[in-house]
Amino acid sequence: MTDAFVPNAVDKEPLAGSWSDRVSARVAANDVFYAFRTSPLAIVAAAVVLTFFLLALFASQLAVQNPFDPAQLELINSRIAPLWTADGQRPFLLGTDEQGRDLLSAILYGLRVSLLVGVLGVGFAATLGIVLGLIAGYVGGWIDSLIMRIADVQLTFPAILIALLIDGVVKSALGNKLDERTMLAVLVFAIGLSFWVQYARTVRGSVMVEKTKDYVAAAQLIGLPAHKIMLRHVLPNAMGPVLVIATINLALAIITEATLSFLGSGMPDTMPSLGTLIRIGNNYLFSGEWWVVAFPGFALAALILSINLLGDWLRDALNPRLR
Amino acid sequence: MTIRATSLVVTAACLIACATVPASAQTLRYANQGNLTSLDPYTLKETTTIAHHAHIYEGLVTRDKELKIVPALAESWETLDPKHWRFHLRKNVKFHNGAPFTADDVVFSAERVRTKGSNFLSNVPADAKFVKVDDNTVDVMLDSPNPILTSQWDSWYIMNKKWCEDNDSVAPTPASATSPSYASLHENGTGPFMIESHQPGVKTVFKVNPDWWRKPEHNLKEIVFTPISSAATRVAALLSGEVDVIEPVPIQDIQRVNASDSATVMTGPELRTIFLGMDQSRDELLFSNVKGKNPFKDIRVREAFYKAVDIELIRTRVMRGLSTPSALMIAPQLFTLSKEFTRPKTDPEGAKKLLAEAGYPDGFEVTMDCPNDRYVNDAAICQAVVGMLARIGVKVDLLAQPKALYFGKVLQPGGYKTSFFLLGWTPASSDSHNVLHDIMGCRDDAKDATRGEANLGGYCNKELDALADKVLIETDSAKRDQMIKQAFEIGIKDYSYIPLHQQALAWGVSKKVKLTQRADNQVLLYWATLQP
Amino acid sequence: MLAFTLRRALQAVGVMIAVGIISFVMFRFAGDPVNQLVSIDTSAAQRAEIRKSLGLDDPVLVQFARYFADAAQFKFGVSYQFRQPVAQLLKERMPATLELASVATVLAMTFGIMIGVYTALRRNSWLAGVLQAISLIGISLPTFLIGILLIYLFAVVLGWLPSFGRGDVVRIGWWTTGLLTVSGLKALIMPSITLGLFQMTLIMRLVRAEMLEVLRTDYIRFARARGLTTRAIHFGHALKNTLVPVITVAGLQFGSVIAFAIITETVFQWPGMGLLFVQAVQSVDIPIMAAYLLVVSLIFVTINLVVDILYTIVDPRLHHTISRGA
Repeated sequence: MTDAFVPNAVDKEPLAGSWSDRVSARVAANDVFYAFRTSPLAIVAAAVVLTFFLLALFASQLAVQNPFDPAQLELINSRIAPLWTADGQRPFLLGTDEQGRDLLSAILYGLRVSLLVGVLGVGFAATLGIVLGLIAGYVGGWIDSLIMRIADVQLTFPAILIALLIDGVVKSALGNKLDERTMLAVLVFAIGLSFWVQYARTVRGSVMVEKTKDYVAAAQLIGLPAHKIMLRHVLPNAMGPVLVIATINLALAIITEATLSFLGSGMPDTMPSLGTLIRIGNNYLFSGEWWVVAFPGFALAALILSINLLGDWLRDALNPRLR
Repeated sequence: MTIRATSLVVTAACLIACATVPASAQTLRYANQGNLTSLDPYTLKETTTIAHHAHIYEGLVTRDKELKIVPALAESWETLDPKHWRFHLRKNVKFHNGAPFTADDVVFSAERVRTKGSNFLSNVPADAKFVKVDDNTVDVMLDSPNPILTSQWDSWYIMNKKWCEDNDSVAPTPASATSPSYASLHENGTGPFMIESHQPGVKTVFKVNPDWWRKPEHNLKEIVFTPISSAATRVAALLSGEVDVIEPVPIQDIQRVNASDSATVMTGPELRTIFLGMDQSRDELLFSNVKGKNPFKDIRVREAFYKAVDIELIRTRVMRGLSTPSALMIAPQLFTLSKEFTRPKTDPEGAKKLLAEAGYPDGFEVTMDCPNDRYVNDAAICQAVVGMLARIGVKVDLLAQPKALYFGKVLQPGGYKTSFFLLGWTPASSDSHNVLHDIMGCRDDAKDATRGEANLGGYCNKELDALADKVLIETDSAKRDQMIKQAFEIGIKDYSYIPLHQQALAWGVSKKVKLTQRADNQVLLYWATLQP
Repeated sequence: MLAFTLRRALQAVGVMIAVGIISFVMFRFAGDPVNQLVSIDTSAAQRAEIRKSLGLDDPVLVQFARYFADAAQFKFGVSYQFRQPVAQLLKERMPATLELASVATVLAMTFGIMIGVYTALRRNSWLAGVLQAISLIGISLPTFLIGILLIYLFAVVLGWLPSFGRGDVVRIGWWTTGLLTVSGLKALIMPSITLGLFQMTLIMRLVRAEMLEVLRTDYIRFARARGLTTRAIHFGHALKNTLVPVITVAGLQFGSVIAFAIITETVFQWPGMGLLFVQAVQSVDIPIMAAYLLVVSLIFVTINLVVDILYTIVDPRLHHTISRGA
């Protein structure tokens, strides 16, 4: 499902209709920032994403408690409604959950975990995919075939299944030593491993195109080593699409983490990500404690929506065919 | 397509569709979070499964609404001497296939339930010899007296000898069956209902047995059972009137269900006791930062843990008032003298002091094992305990896992790999001896291999074991109760465990349904009536 | 051509073997099935006995050989929980999943194409903007949350639709269908919407992009120049040209729809293969897990293979692009 987001294959934004559009587009050809300034939606989305990142970064300064520290949770403060309702209590702006966790603090810290899993997972996937894609495209031959066949096998499993499986296997293998930090690493690993194929295919495609060009031949002629040619000359040309995939994958990675949580394989309750908070809150949908699920759900939706908007815009802005 | 052809298709569709219009009001629809996996009554000893089977099978005895053992397929029995029991079987009882119920079936079932592959081996003592006297009388000979012989016979169901023989099902379907067994997919009991269709994990339809020997208390024609594992979906199904009975209702949804026009929640204390245990047997804990010694071997540490736990807070906040804090490792309904016990007061300051005396002024680190899909709010209780222990300086890493993984780690086959855990226990015999023997008995007893099998922390006190052995054979109930009391007192004095509470039963029931709730959490619909 | 087909088929077999190895290795080491089979007070000796009779003590290679030989003949063993042959269970559950996935795909295609065409033709209208925004929100909410919200709204608050299950089904041979009863159709609505939403967004975006692309081509310009009506151009030519890649992608996506049904089926208690799989994961029911993985992979690989070959027949030049679109 995720792979249909390969930008070249799916969303081909065509040339703008009018003559004047086309002229201005051509003028701004290499100026991504110009395109950015002219898209209010992209600005808003970028602002929201940036805000979320900052909130996550400064969570410990902003939150009234550390929701990951059990000693700071008071059961006596459990299930308090948001501040503006009749039963609200200071300092719990968005209310508390069953463990007496301040929901705003939990969201801030959860955001940190979700983004961490997302960014590291995508980073891992991109690194793995780029390296394999470069090798496959540049070296070719049976190595290329092997890597691409592995990619085929991988594609047989949707990301969520792979993540579920890796998660389960690592869990049963580690079993006894499984704390929150390990779990985070497992998720990063699982998500990273299920998303690398797109990068590999994209990079491989670019490499195969670039490889035939004169400058590469020239570089080879003057005796530059292969890895230098690839990293300095070939790779930069493929970075545009990689960035687009990475942005959209970030949203997918965060959703995947949340879904894994729903199926019982995500972050543990003692160190909840946004997804885990939603899973916990999901149990209170009928009980009138709406805030436990509503606020994390809203935060997650806003985050992913903004990332998706940004990714959409980025794809259009970086797509040379648009101009 | 012509109009005629269209209408033909419509008619054909209706012929199929209209034939499947749901049945009458006397169909009771029931949803549980668990599956009914096997129809063989000797495969899985688990509350929900046993309750399902109770609709189609019957034992020699059964338990009434107050959990008292009462006659069922055995009309009466007497002890000719402490080692010789005689059972008089009910006459004119027929199995669902029409075969008469006789002494042969009892002798056969006693054999089958103790055959390899049965999960109910301990329900019928290994030393009991079953002898047919005549078609309606069976004698049971014992090597040693056993006053609680019949205490686990309510879930030992009687099967038909000939039916089993004819269908290649003489041996019980083991849990590890690698080929499908007839008895696990079909039934032939004597009970009030028969299986009409059985799609494991999807739907099971029970229809009434018109030839049942007893006068039914229910007014049902049919029970449709659907497993719904998702709690929210289960509650939604009850609220929208798609099912009539659900078990369990998550406690946070009880208010919502009660506020609806269509359904209410039946609550009551369950017999299961939830408790915390600590590894007291190893010289060094498996999962702790304390090396070279085991802090739980120090009674002061165990006492400190006990006193750090604020059970009232757990009751009001985590359990929303739906738990009964317990001083004992057994539910008060199952032991008459339990009123004489009280929990020591919560005292975090005192706990801190105790820890300091024991040499841990700054606490220590330990990992806690906890299931997250087994008991009511299990993971939430563990989280609360982690917070309470954090206040006396103990840093607990919580490992909350699904029961498959949790049990795999902490139980005996997994090597009791736990340092600190939460567990729940309902004595299968409804008797204290089971608790003293299985949970509090010493492991590695040379003479008794099964003693302490579920004693995950390895607590051991030979004095308690000796008392437990006496309890087993004592026939005078007043004297017996005193011995049990003594044994429990030893366990408490040693801070062997930290009993928490008995959790609450919560059944969601449509207002059209009248139902009796039994404290062992068996949903028995043969006591249900449904208004049309 | 034949060489290509043969090569792809061989690759497909290779993929299946790889999946087989992976599924075996993974499931061999996930959890301990014995604990699920017996009650907590079962003795160690009994447990060891069960391990042995399940063959869990044999060398891994022996277990693998046994597993592979059986799987090749669709013998997936007997489920630990249900004591029924897994093949039988999957056969019983498959209609529910395939029906759900098909209805979801049809819904996704219908609405995806409609909205996609609209947003392409009325690119700058406010409704197009709103529709695109909604579609983005649709993929920004986790599936399970959407499902629960639908249940809350339509089953609990409004009481219009059933909250779980398939309703009444009609048996036709070994196939069961809910399409022929009122309750069956009603039960299909919410799960198929939940499952199809993501696909719909995907198709909508694809149709929009393809339409815009096609509308720019010379051939449409010629059509315009010839004086054809806008309607004829849009639907007779542009849309027709768009549909080939759309249907291809939808076909390729069918495998993942089946896999994603795991979540939908869990929320709606839909008695299909996905629910069976989740229950199996919870109960560490290895035979079911292994079989599910193999069956889903087989479906996926088969669809890929067929689409690939068909495409080469239609237009050999397209082969490269399509395998990338997978």
